[in-house]
Amino acid sequence: MEPFRTLTALAAPLDRANVDTDQIIPKQFLKRIERTGYGDFLFFDWRRNAAGDPDPAFVLNDPRYKGAQILIAGKNFACGSSREHAAWALNDFGFRAVIAPTFADIFFSNAGKNGIVLARLTEEQVAQLLHNAKTLPNYQLTVSLEDQTVTDSFGFNATFEVDPFRKFCLIEGLDDIGLTLRHEATLDTFEAKHDQAGWLKAKAS
Amino acid sequence: MSTESKTLFEKVWQQHVVVEPQGEPTLLYIDLQLLHEVTSPQAFEGLRVAGRKVRRSDRCIATVDHNVPTTIAGRLHIIDQIAATQIATLRQNCAEFGVEFYDVNSHEQGIVHVIGPELGITKPGMTIVCGDSHTSTHGALGALAFGIGTSEVEHVLATQTLPQSKPKTFRIAVEGELPRGVTAKDIILAIIGQIGTDGATGCVVEYAGSAIRALSMEGRMTVCNMSIEAGARAGMIAPDAITFAYLKGRRFSPAGDAWDQAVTEWSKLPTDPGAKFDRELIIDAATLVPYVSWGTSPGMVAPITSSVPDPAAAPNEQERKGLERALEYMGLTAGTPLEDVSIDRVFIGSCTNGRLEDLRAAARIASGYKVSTHVSAMVVPGSQAVKAQAESEGLDRVFREAGFDWREPGCSMCLGMNPDILAPGERCASTSNRNFEGRQGRGGRTHLVSPEMAAAAAIAGHFVDIRNWEVKA
Ligand code: SF4
Repeated sequence: MEPFRTLTALAAPLDRANVDTDQIIPKQFLKRIERTGYGDFLFFDWRRNAAGDPDPAFVLNDPRYKGAQILIAGKNFACGSSREHAAWALNDFGFRAVIAPTFADIFFSNAGKNGIVLARLTEEQVAQLLHNAKTLPNYQLTVSLEDQTVTDSFGFNATFEVDPFRKFCLIEGLDDIGLTLRHEATLDTFEAKHDQAGWLKAKAS
Repeated sequence: MSTESKTLFEKVWQQHVVVEPQGEPTLLYIDLQLLHEVTSPQAFEGLRVAGRKVRRSDRCIATVDHNVPTTIAGRLHIIDQIAATQIATLRQNCAEFGVEFYDVNSHEQGIVHVIGPELGITKPGMTIVCGDSHTSTHGALGALAFGIGTSEVEHVLATQTLPQSKPKTFRIAVEGELPRGVTAKDIILAIIGQIGTDGATGCVVEYAGSAIRALSMEGRMTVCNMSIEAGARAGMIAPDAITFAYLKGRRFSPAGDAWDQAVTEWSKLPTDPGAKFDRELIIDAATLVPYVSWGTSPGMVAPITSSVPDPAAAPNEQERKGLERALEYMGLTAGTPLEDVSIDRVFIGSCTNGRLEDLRAAARIASGYKVSTHVSAMVVPGSQAVKAQAESEGLDRVFREAGFDWREPGCSMCLGMNPDILAPGERCASTSNRNFEGRQGRGGRTHLVSPEMAAAAAIAGHFVDIRNWEVKA
């Protein structure tokens, strides 16, 4: 996982609430067995019309937002299916940070595992950023994980909360399994005792 | 109240805490992981690359459900090569890592969330995960069960644990008696309609109250299944006599002395009197009616007796735009009575409503009638066991005679990863759980309803109020 400290980049406005993971990465692309190569399919049904041609009305097809690495979206972003493919697709497309008023729980951990920083700002702050990204040419934002801030060069300055441990993992780009295995001895002891509880066995026979 | 009073969730959580490292999430032990073909290949690949093993293959089971075709011919030869590869990959991975696997033609195959309880693998007090958001279904038996992403699937395979921050608790009590024609599906649609699709984000919901207690195990699973549609991390229902009766004698249930001991332990799980929840909501069952979703999010639901809502009435600009967009996608005009909305397709199945009781309820409505000439309707049992039992009761005959298609088990048109999809513009009455844009096929229009409402709509050709239905059976 790529470490994340501070990112200054072009921001794209996706002015919709309740964007679900079925939209972020439609099911027809979930049949692949790889972890990479999902970027082309990000928001596929919105980016392309039924004939497969780019829909000029969709924001990510607007040349102004080409190369954007920060996505600004409405509340409850990435609700629905648990598919981590949504995080893979966002990452593969180039997004390293998403700003929204709220995120769905499962996506929150999926994003973390893929080095994507999620910044929860208030509805008003997000509305301001959406407005700026729509109206100001080449609108750049700076997301600093170290300072837990989102800033622009016009004086916008907002702070966001992040769990200290998640922050540490994102900054260091750490492998979670490795971190858990620090507790292997405790786990072994716990498990031996836990296995005595017959009523918690998956397969009793 | 004493500080000893604990909720069902807290009891299960506490029994699974491996370690609580300072400044880090709790490391939670996972009793069971369910695996399927779509969200597991990258996890097994990750293990392989890192040279890791599956820590406890006895705490995993795998099956195929999302991609499998639902016709016998389609299953013998899966035309979609990418889907076939995904299924073959799971088969290989299970063989390599020693995981019990229920393959396409096994008697145990079915939707993971249907087969877990059915085999008695899902049990009260367990922690259960699966790379699928509807894992919340298993909470109906008093387990803490939640959906996870593929990196987490890998984490559980390697360590049988997950780092988790403790969620908040939310008690939703449905009190009173359900009116006739109102089902478990209507309870959960009403809840989501009321609290919104992010109404329970960050929470584990415990469903309680006399109306929930009165539900069968199947009905409880329907309610817990859609917890995720309200944003909840998980849904749970306290185990009771109904739970124990359901589990007794199932293949992986304890037997003999072990059964008695299990029941003793499980009986300690229900929330103690006076235990505190972070949030509470009480719903009067008598106010509930049959619902139909009209939009592109499970929160967009309305009573069958009402009309398509008017975006002009929205409280703000963003919501108005959202409503307009949903109505445009759904091809609906504000003010149209929901009973006047005609449909093209009907799908009865999924992990929400693809269990035996659901099929019985739908068959009771369909019996003696014919599917409308302009509707194509299919019934997809949730598992091989459901299918076999339904056939032994003659339900397949009732459906076939009425003009329904009777299929092989799988997720099918719940998400249309297999050949069962809606054509653009087609309108479907569906017993599944998600009405997102394109969920059942690009441009397809999904309306979420109960199995009874779906069966009646198939026959009438449009939505009808099930409370006025004349049952012929
Ligand atoms: S039936 Fe639908 S919701 Fe349930 S597991 Fe399958 S695809 Fe997911």
